Amino acid sequence: MALRQKLLILYLSNSALDSPVVGWARHDGLDHASPPEPGADDEPAYARGVDALRDGWRLIQASPLTAHPPGSEFTTAYLKYEFLFEKLVDSAEGEEIRP
Amino acid sequence: MKKLNSAEMATFVARGFLRLDAVVPEAINDAFLNELTAVAGESAAPRMQRLMQDGVVPQVAPGTALPDAYPEGSALANMLAVPEVAGAVESLVGSNCVVDHHFLHTTTPGGTAQHTHQDSTIDPRTAFDVQLFYFPHNVDASMGGTRFVPGTHLRIVSEMGIARYQNLRGQQRIVCPAGTVVFFHHGLWHGAGANRSDATRYVCKIRLCPSEAQRRRWDTSDLPDAGALQAPVFWCDPEAPQQPVERILTTPEPWFEQDTGRLELMNRIRLWRYLTGDEQYDIGYWMTRVENEHASIG
Repeated sequence: MALRQKLLILYLSNSALDSPVVGWARHDGLDHASPPEPGADDEPAYARGVDALRDGWRLIQASPLTAHPPGSEFTTAYLKYEFLFEKLVDSAEGEEIRP
Repeated sequence: MKKLNSAEMATFVARGFLRLDAVVPEAINDAFLNELTAVAGESAAPRMQRLMQDGVVPQVAPGTALPDAYPEGSALANMLAVPEVAGAVESLVGSNCVVDHHFLHTTTPGGTAQHTHQDSTIDPRTAFDVQLFYFPHNVDASMGGTRFVPGTHLRIVSEMGIARYQNLRGQQRIVCPAGTVVFFHHGLWHGAGANRSDATRYVCKIRLCPSEAQRRRWDTSDLPDAGALQAPVFWCDPEAPQQPVERILTTPEPWFEQDTGRLELMNRIRLWRYLTGDEQYDIGYWMTRVENEHASIG
């Protein structure tokens, strides 16, 4: 059995996993034909981060909460609350693997 | 020329873009498109050289004053002379601005969408350049008109560093009638879309840099008096009429995070202070609160 990842990256409104989704991205390790198209979807698949958990996505990374460097307390830059999820798929069968 | 009013300037400050739909007359659009018409069998590089030599889209050295950049009578010079376009340029960067660069973006059918990015390099200035986008023909949804995310322009990020953000709530795509001119703040996050139609899409982009102070260059006759008391916040009558500039500057975008969304309001207030010269300007006490050092001075 050869495993492939499906990735879902959600950007949330705050550091709580049950806060609203404000941004999102997808990557599919099985899909060679149609890479993700930036700007393709105006609505996310999930309203809140926790909804992805309930749909079988495994959370593998969340943004750490870090102190604000002196002098940069008011600077806005990259989105702060990034949550990375995966699903594992059998590349031969195309079926999701559930432990 | 027709300068912007304060509400339009506040919209640019808050959202980072300004649309002037169908302001360029059909005759100028047609003249530009006729000049662009491909010669049969001509490949990209010779075509580019031809357009430069004919002055349709001339070569322009960075730092050239805008009034000297385009041959008199050319379609681009005529587009820039349209009263609404000239007024917006004067209001945002001043008529004596200089050309940074320009490019005729040509998107042929097919291809892929561009990653989300901010142009040029990381740029922490308060002063700003504008990117003027001239759409000489109708752009429908299938043509992959420029995608952008309103309100992202004041974030200090580094060009393609934001490419991982495929979709953000509130993102827009430019679908517009012929003769539309759109101004972007230089920091606005954007990317070209894939062209799913069977027609070539053209947009001429000109980046303009101010050469003098960007202070009160618009029609300020509707600007509220400086020093007026701020409107109450939080515990206030939700039905009370709000001053247009305050309403525009405090309207959040759908992608705002809860905490940094407040910092975005402060970014907007800082930019409004820069443009008006009113260093005490504030809304909702957001700036005054954190600038109050009276207690520590004691």
